[in-house]
Amino acid sequence: MFDWLVWLVSWALILGGCLFIVAGGIGLVRMPDLFTRLHAASVTDTGGAIVLSLGLIVQAVFVFGSAMAAVKVLLILFFTLFTAPTASHALAKTALLSGQVPVGADGRPVLDSPETAARLARSRPDEDAR
Amino acid sequence: MIEHLVIGALLTFLVVIAIGIIVLRDLLAAVVLLGLYSLVAAGAFIVMDAVDVAFTEAAVGAGISTILFLGALSFTSHEQKPRGNDSIVAAVFVVITGALLIYGTLDMPHYGSAASPAQTHPELAVRFIERSAGEVGPPNLVTSVLGSYRGYDTLGETVVVFAAGIAVLSLLGLRRRGSPGNLPPEAPGSAPGLTPVPAPHDPAAETSGAIDPATGPRRYARQRHRVLQVVTKLIVPFVLLFALYVQFHGDYGPGGGFQAGVIFASAFILHGLIFGLQRTRQVMPPSVVRMLMAGGVLIYGGTGAVTMLLGGNLLDYDVLAHDPLHGQHWGLFAIELGVGVTVTGVMISLFYAFASRRSDDREPARDADGSTPTGATTGAGGTPRAGDASTPGA
Repeated sequence: MFDWLVWLVSWALILGGCLFIVAGGIGLVRMPDLFTRLHAASVTDTGGAIVLSLGLIVQAVFVFGSAMAAVKVLLILFFTLFTAPTASHALAKTALLSGQVPVGADGRPVLDSPETAARLARSRPDEDAR
Repeated sequence: MIEHLVIGALLTFLVVIAIGIIVLRDLLAAVVLLGLYSLVAAGAFIVMDAVDVAFTEAAVGAGISTILFLGALSFTSHEQKPRGNDSIVAAVFVVITGALLIYGTLDMPHYGSAASPAQTHPELAVRFIERSAGEVGPPNLVTSVLGSYRGYDTLGETVVVFAAGIAVLSLLGLRRRGSPGNLPPEAPGSAPGLTPVPAPHDPAAETSGAIDPATGPRRYARQRHRVLQVVTKLIVPFVLLFALYVQFHGDYGPGGGFQAGVIFASAFILHGLIFGLQRTRQVMPPSVVRMLMAGGVLIYGGTGAVTMLLGGNLLDYDVLAHDPLHGQHWGLFAIELGVGVTVTGVMISLFYAFASRRSDDREPARDADGSTPTGATTGAGGTPRAGDASTPGA
């Protein structure tokens, strides 16, 4: 009974993670501009990674009986959760800085010009307030 | 069965990616695809249970060579020049060569075949599996083979890495003593008078939003990517720690000097990308890096010399201690350290050599106090650099 439960939970988590990753991949191809594509791609790194890793941890502990493997997966997950959003942030900010204007739901740019985008990315509230 | 399916799928990916690399005119995309190629290859190696090879492929192929390629691309255009008419003779020649190569593989044993010579020869796999624990010691057979059974080869590989580093340094020009950069005389912007004078801090100018494709994002990046700086500070110590783990745990698991050296160097490269070359140079001065390059080869060769002086053959570690197994352990430790030190030194010095040719890295470190040099510095040669103008959009 317990084995069956472990099997169900872990595979549900692993397949759920795969679903996130596939969704991210589809979004990467289908989304209209860089920022929405980035949004889709970051789902892969965060949602997909978290759910998939949890499934692997359940497998490691209960199926393979290796707590060490579970700890290693957890460390990899932490590393991913630090680096992936940072990479997305850097990419989006660099895109704004070089004048890439986000496109709204109606297909029109949400900012009037590339210069506005760059100014937006350059502004820093904590310094401007001084 | 499933393994064969997975390997087949991965190998198909490899072929598709390789064709993509050939077809693409955009060199930046080709470099990224090259990194992807290595990553997929590493996945295939893992399915084949060759974790050490996979580790090396991921660290070297997907990691550091992508960075070095991007560094090389930053000196040139990221668009491939259109070629002239491809000669038919060349095409025929390539097809014939390829057909001969494929014909040559027909005689090779099938994948995973137990009857292949490597598996059945008494002095190869059989001996490594049955006797390496008694002759060399480490549970990781790959380390035994790499460090002890074929220590000559690994010595040669280390010297090749060292020689490659020397070659690149002599091509790109060693940093001259006292000069701020190492641009060759013919490159524009190298004369001291052309170095722009930093303007005082001017928030209005910074937030005006004017975009210079050659300098805008990059000029901004160094000073203001606060998120990147914080995360880098968090990550770098753990990357270094992981490199040490890979270095000294190679006897027991996948890893060793080559992978550890690359990971160690990548921590410094990350630091240099985020905080600027000047500050990384304060942490890891180029003179120390050059010493590392040569020092690793010296450690490796010195171990061989010591074994000869103690009465053994070159790299015969048995004589290093009273117990041959202890001697093997010391010997493996020393040569893995030598490999790691040389690879670290070469990788960091390659990064220095590429990065210090960029004009914005040759200025003194004044980024920390927030003042911004606003002089219009373009890249070496005045070319807009790859990555600046290439923002993939819809």
